[in-house]
Amino acid sequence: MSLTSDPPLAPAAPAVRPDYASLTVVPVRRPWRWVAVAVTAVLVAQFGHGLLTNPAWEWDVFARFFTTETILKAVWITLQLTFYGTALGFALGVVLAFMRLSGSPFLRAVAFGYIWVFRSIPLIVQLLFWFNLAYLYKELTFGVPFGPGFFTFDTVGLVGAMSAAVLGLALHQAAYAAEIVRGGVLAVDGGQLEAAAALGIPRLRQIRRIVLPQAMRSILPNAANEIISLFKGTSIVSVMAIGELFYQVQVIYGRNGRVVPLLMVATVWYVLLTTVLSVLQHYVERHYAKGATR
Amino acid sequence: MSTAMVEVRSVHKSFGSLEVLRGVDLDVRAGEVTVVLGPSGSGKSTLLRTINHLEKVDSGWITVDGTLVGYRRSGDKLYELREREVLKQRTQIGFVFQNFNLFPHLTVLDNVVEAPVAALKRPRKAAVAAAEKLLARVGLSDKADAYPKQLSGGQQQRVAIARALALEPKLLLFDEPTSALDPELVGEVLDVIKDLAASGTTMIVVTHEIGFAREVADTVVFMDEGAIVEQGPPAEVLDAPRHERTRAFLSKVL
Repeated sequence: MSLTSDPPLAPAAPAVRPDYASLTVVPVRRPWRWVAVAVTAVLVAQFGHGLLTNPAWEWDVFARFFTTETILKAVWITLQLTFYGTALGFALGVVLAFMRLSGSPFLRAVAFGYIWVFRSIPLIVQLLFWFNLAYLYKELTFGVPFGPGFFTFDTVGLVGAMSAAVLGLALHQAAYAAEIVRGGVLAVDGGQLEAAAALGIPRLRQIRRIVLPQAMRSILPNAANEIISLFKGTSIVSVMAIGELFYQVQVIYGRNGRVVPLLMVATVWYVLLTTVLSVLQHYVERHYAKGATR
Repeated sequence: MSTAMVEVRSVHKSFGSLEVLRGVDLDVRAGEVTVVLGPSGSGKSTLLRTINHLEKVDSGWITVDGTLVGYRRSGDKLYELREREVLKQRTQIGFVFQNFNLFPHLTVLDNVVEAPVAALKRPRKAAVAAAEKLLARVGLSDKADAYPKQLSGGQQQRVAIARALALEPKLLLFDEPTSALDPELVGEVLDVIKDLAASGTTMIVVTHEIGFAREVADTVVFMDEGAIVEQGPPAEVLDAPRHERTRAFLSKVL
């Protein structure tokens, strides 16, 4: 093919370039956003209005029970269950996590088996098992494995309802904590351990000083989730007739029939304490963000 | 008695079915700088990592300052050392990584102080004083309280060098110390290494910087496919290589 005619001439450039900098900028209008805001505002207002004016909420009953001694004691038991469940659960979880990361296939398999079993059994089923431990094992003996025993405890006396509950929550929590900790450790760049090893830093210190503080960055958001869900999960313990928040609330409304305001008592306490945990999470995360640019 | 700081004897190492070191012999005399050149995958980094036992050798042996690395001889047996003993040996051998591997959650000062305190049980005060001197030596006194990610790559690598020096090692190993740096930052790191060379530190440097090798090396080692092809003074290996493979490599990188 050949060119049979001259290419068209380029249009002449405008003589003077306009000065855009002196013009006023008009932002984009977003009318639909205003519609959405209006609709949402009406719905929120309706909900708030209902809370305040619907007599069925019985706010006077709520106010009467919110800080009674029974409820405060119950809140305290809920906090204790959460604290021990978290502390023991994460302590065991860290051990399990490092077992799963160990070079020994046996330790890896045992940790994997533990996590598999305890993640598979619903918490409520497990709690009932622990509650009935005395049925399975009448006595607990400490001594040489398969050999003579030194101390013997009556299982019913040793594993009361409260310790059975803590045990159940902690063992359940450990399975999840193990995976969260393992995930955090795996997220730390391999070069970190290598550098620590090349510097001759002792093994335990490599983990405590170099790996875990960095792993905390990815462990914390998940751990906070777990702690909060354990905190609310303590309400399951009510099946064991332990006087935690939800159980006590049930007892009270069973007596006086004021179901809704008493459920609100429990709800507000749960929300309040979860808020405290969330604020704590924020500060702990900030602490472990040292040196991070993101 | 040998004057060798490092002796490497018929070292073999495989990763799965891939043989990365096929019988390497190398001697490094005290106070000398050895630069290891070679294409990617030639086994030069692996060789360096076997010298401080980050990689275990499959066969052969290595000594540093007359001491067997990673093993203890008793009679006609070699006993593998416990991790604690290996860690102790490594305090004598500084290692500088391609990717710096500084501890991001510790300040620059704490990065340098960590090993003397944790591995050598030095009092923190003395370690801090020594660390401040080392940071001055690499020109980063004003960055002691910064975190690694606030520094440029070149500055980070200089901190990593100070961190390795904090253990007062007999031997320094550099694994491509400038390969992760922007070209304009390479010079400041090489200057620090040159300075160390001038002060008589025994070093093995794996690098692609031919100019640095020519200027600083006492011995240049050229590796290919897991073996040493030739070694000698830079004037010989770089300017009059005897092997075709060396010539081909140098013609591509020069």
